[in-house]
Amino acid sequence: MPRSRYARVALLVAAVVAVQLATEWGGKPFFLTQLTMSAYYTLVAVGLSLLMGFAGQISLGHAAFFAIGGYGSALLTTLDLSPARGSAAVSLLARTGLLAARTDLSGAEALSVAPWPAFACAIALAAAVAWIVGVPVLKLKGHYLAMATLGFGTIVHSVVLGTQRLGAADGLGGVPAFRLLPGLAVGGGRAARVENYYVAWGLVALAMLVLGNLVESRVGRALRAIHGAEDAAGSMGVDVGRYKLRTFVLSAVLAAAGGAFLTHLTGGIGPGEASVMKSVRYVAIVAVGGMGSLWGTLATSATLEFVSLRGWFGTLDDAAFAVVLLFVMLFSPDGLLRLDLPAALRAARGRLSPGPDAETEP
Amino acid sequence: MSVALALQYLVAGLTYGTIYAVVGVGFNIIYNATGIINFAQGEFVMVGGMTAVTLHAFLPLPAAIAGAVLVTMALGALVEVTFIRWLGRPSVLRMIVITIGVSILIREVALHVWGEQVRALPYFTGDEVTALELGGVRVSPQVLWSLGTCLAIVAALWFFFRRTTLGREMRACAANRDAAALCGLSTRNLVTLSFVLSAGIGALAGCVVSPITYTSYSIGAGLALKGFTVAVLGGLGGSGAAVAAGFVVGILESASVAVLPAAYKDAVAVAVLLAILFLRPSGLFGSREAERLRAS
Repeated sequence: MPRSRYARVALLVAAVVAVQLATEWGGKPFFLTQLTMSAYYTLVAVGLSLLMGFAGQISLGHAAFFAIGGYGSALLTTLDLSPARGSAAVSLLARTGLLAARTDLSGAEALSVAPWPAFACAIALAAAVAWIVGVPVLKLKGHYLAMATLGFGTIVHSVVLGTQRLGAADGLGGVPAFRLLPGLAVGGGRAARVENYYVAWGLVALAMLVLGNLVESRVGRALRAIHGAEDAAGSMGVDVGRYKLRTFVLSAVLAAAGGAFLTHLTGGIGPGEASVMKSVRYVAIVAVGGMGSLWGTLATSATLEFVSLRGWFGTLDDAAFAVVLLFVMLFSPDGLLRLDLPAALRAARGRLSPGPDAETEP
Repeated sequence: MSVALALQYLVAGLTYGTIYAVVGVGFNIIYNATGIINFAQGEFVMVGGMTAVTLHAFLPLPAAIAGAVLVTMALGALVEVTFIRWLGRPSVLRMIVITIGVSILIREVALHVWGEQVRALPYFTGDEVTALELGGVRVSPQVLWSLGTCLAIVAALWFFFRRTTLGREMRACAANRDAAALCGLSTRNLVTLSFVLSAGIGALAGCVVSPITYTSYSIGAGLALKGFTVAVLGGLGGSGAAVAAGFVVGILESASVAVLPAAYKDAVAVAVLLAILFLRPSGLFGSREAERLRAS
């Protein structure tokens, strides 16, 4: 593994191209669909990795931010404003180019918010929610933080599930493709499979570049100091509360972006994306990848989400995540790459023998 | 709202409050002994109820319930020995993730054993239409069974922790694990015992309320969240306060149906939790224990 962050991003790009060529030559181009989807889940995972590994704050509610991004984009881009075409507000919006005409599922003409402004609104909403939730929640620690974020996730899930406007148990569908740049779009079905794949992993590479720079900067050092010893960091002049809050908001924005892009890609989103189990999955992926290792998280997320989306775990999907999570947490809490099974078993045997308890972990 | 309707909500709230209270007490027992919040607490209730339904197919009801409680206690011991015992004193983050993993594992196994079907034990006395008239309110005898069991559990725990040697040893272990070990107590076995106890009372409560609230493989996570709310509201540690808090949460939740759409019912308890965490982290009844956890 190269040390320089730019070399690592270059390696990622090379791997992305290699995988695409391999699926082409291997006669399995349909693998790209799941690989593309796993890229967007990976955006959530690396954001959570920043929060858990660097700022040391657990969040059991990241699926909620994913859902806010996805549902925000889906709602705005499918909401038909054409009955209100005459009103001043709608015609003003239409003239500024924020609205886009489209044909809805039944083939009728519809007027909705264009994907770019819808995306901006969804991200802004996620950031605002993260900020409002983060101010009180991040003052909590340990079990309280875990339960409070879990509670936040539960509220968002039950609101999504119980709101007719958001499709209740069915979710929202018919979301149009998202034209990022002229000639580059997210969505568009099977014909655009290769394009979608490169756009998705390009976005991940971009996120890794930004996050890589962030953790190597003054901010990253401050975050690591907070993780190590919060009080000590505070006494050295690190504004602990502000750094934690900003990291929380940044990771929520990444999750919301992942949600919005995936919704455009698949054309819809359902309440399952907001469930607590999804949040736990993201935590599991970060734990397996190694807390504080963005690249480990990326590799784990791409692999596990791909395998899960291909349905290789069958009906044992959630159980597989639980077993992986338990295995890593029991034997190798610093991530799968640091696994040293003989040492872990020796330590366990040592602790099981009678005598005073082993020393406390930091 | 008429008085009769308000009383009806009150009774429904007390029924659900019973189960929240017992889950909250279960959290307290394990927290006192180990400093761990066991996220798999709700799964004990689920396993208790489901096992009792299965056993009831070929055993009389009291035997089926006794069997279910024993099976769940064994599960509690198994969880502790397999996942907790040999870890020493792991970090809080690691412990949270491990107990969450255990809860998912139990839930998925339950899904494969019992399927997605919702189950229930028969009513202990009478059937679903039997009702007692209490001051103009119709109360199912099962509600009285639930309340009675909840109070019996608390009384039995009080007796156990105050009057028996084993209970005193567990309190010693809770107060200071190192000192207890130096006095010759086997703290590891006492910790296992705390899981067994807490699994047992959860299973018992799961059996008693199952005719009214029903049981399915997925109820554990919601119960854990509400049980934690109750434990925090009661100020982590005391059983009496947790029971009172359980009834408060249960009643708030059932009263919320009068004002909010029923789909948001689950969010009410969570809103209570968040409000308590932000405004009064030492719990409604005040305890330094909660403050300590917050600062740790």
